[in-house]
Amino acid sequence: MWNYEKRLQYPVKISQTNPQAAQIIISQFGGPDGELAASMRYLSQRYTMPYKEVTGILTDIGTEELAHMEMICAIVYQLTKGLTPEEIKKYGFDKYYVDHTLALWPQAASGTPFTATYFQSKGDPITDLHEDLAAEQKARTTYDNILRMINDPEICDPIRFLRQREVVHYQRFGEALRITQDKLDSKNFYAFNPEFDMPKSCDCQ
Amino acid sequence: MSNRKCRKDLLQWINAVSFAVVEAQLFLDTHPDDQEALAYFHEYSNLRNQALEEYAKYYGPLTIDTTKESCADRWSWINEPWPWQEGGC
Repeated sequence: MWNYEKRLQYPVKISQTNPQAAQIIISQFGGPDGELAASMRYLSQRYTMPYKEVTGILTDIGTEELAHMEMICAIVYQLTKGLTPEEIKKYGFDKYYVDHTLALWPQAASGTPFTATYFQSKGDPITDLHEDLAAEQKARTTYDNILRMINDPEICDPIRFLRQREVVHYQRFGEALRITQDKLDSKNFYAFNPEFDMPKSCDCQ
Repeated sequence: MSNRKCRKDLLQWINAVSFAVVEAQLFLDTHPDDQEALAYFHEYSNLRNQALEEYAKYYGPLTIDTTKESCADRWSWINEPWPWQEGGC
């Protein structure tokens, strides 16, 4: 069960619209390495995760990703707030505008719609945690790429916060992988899949 | 609440009062001046907060803001079963 807190995890206060920046940053809403995919990935994987520490970190990071999605949406909202038809045409925002006006819709910077194929929920803790580690690094690279394209300090500040959270999540997932491997056969981590071959163990985590 | 409810009964009570809170919340979003609904919301919101604190004290925290009611020297958030583990295996 979830509850909403009426605040951003880190403040977003952008005073200058910038539809070109918005079109890039929206990729972290609905793109392949975006916050929506991150949240759905972890919140999908957690049900069959056999170790309580790992279920906990998937639940809590998956929840934090929803807060990051809200920050990205707040950034895109403020970057496009009050645009005139002339500005929309001039800065190439017309292709988004025609379908969504100034509303938020999860898509990649290329315009490709969000899809669940951006993430995997494989049902094997080693496999899923490696996917999660890779996902955090891919998101970190995306934020680095965004920061190279943008100079406005009011945009860069919350983007740097989000980039730093990717690094922290990567650290926590690394610890989750170590906890997982400590519980497996150290001579062969792949001897069995604890999410499938020992289903009774999920009862006594 | 003088006599302590068992875990299952207390959880059922939390589910009931929490649902009342959500239902009143939705109604108040579209009827913000309804005094009867406001009183109903506050009544069940208080019952919910009391019950969440009691549950955390005796059975482990259900929310991050009640973790302090549970064992103080160890992180108790991950100890109780996850909500989808109640049935099945």
